[in-house]
Amino acid sequence: MELPTQTFRVTRADLVRYAGASGDFNPIHWSDRTATKVGLPGVIAHGMFTMALVGRAVTTWAGAPDAVVDFGVRFTRPVVVPDTDEGTEIEVSAVVKEVTEDGLTRLDVTATCLGEKVLSQARATVRTPR
Amino acid sequence: MSLDPSFVGRSYPPTAPYQVGREKIREFATAIGATDPAYHDPEAARALGHPDVVAPPTFPVLVTMAASRQIIEDPALGVDYSRVVHGDQRFAYTRPVVAGDELVCVNIIEEITNRGGHGFLTTRTDVSTADGEPVVAAWSKIVVRGEA
Repeated sequence: MELPTQTFRVTRADLVRYAGASGDFNPIHWSDRTATKVGLPGVIAHGMFTMALVGRAVTTWAGAPDAVVDFGVRFTRPVVVPDTDEGTEIEVSAVVKEVTEDGLTRLDVTATCLGEKVLSQARATVRTPR
Repeated sequence: MSLDPSFVGRSYPPTAPYQVGREKIREFATAIGATDPAYHDPEAARALGHPDVVAPPTFPVLVTMAASRQIIEDPALGVDYSRVVHGDQRFAYTRPVVAGDELVCVNIIEEITNRGGHGFLTTRTDVSTADGEPVVAAWSKIVVRGEA
């Protein structure tokens, strides 16, 4: 079963806010000068910010903020966030792989930016909604 | 850079307790755009059976990333932090983190491999309350990129 795709807009302001809230002030997430110096096309989103957005999608699908029992991702491609009002967009979709008898639902999640997958092996296990 | 595989299995002493504040959870939830009332309103969280506001699923990284400095900054292991890239992240939850938790981390090095000039380091961080109640386990794989 496929779950409805959720779309998240990401701007530079979001990255600055996430840096402050998470304490991750690595300059590749706010300084083009630093990002390009280490070979990136420009400022990229924190991997954990992308994972947090996927977490929002998962809890929305689960219908409960506290339903996630296991959640893992591999970061495969950076999410480049241009310094524009629009920023960029991350699309998150999922398929239900399994519903177990002990009340758990396993999801395989896909996250893309500009049509390219930014995560692999993204999986979540949630308590099956009643 | 090459990482010494003999560090596999090494565990580090428990970290000083991290006090989970209600406003920190609200700030984090706001920063990721998570508007569910249980992240912001203690009454909404209590209605779900929790003692105070609930943290979103990736919140524990604030605690585990700070704790993992024990490993990253272990001079004997010799990781060059400026060459570190986050590879994988996983959480297995016993229960959600809630405001008022006092969390202690124990870091264990689970795997070290060297491939293509890069070092790969997987750590597990067991997060429990200061009273010893397990809350969440976090696995993090970092890649220490070799010189080009």
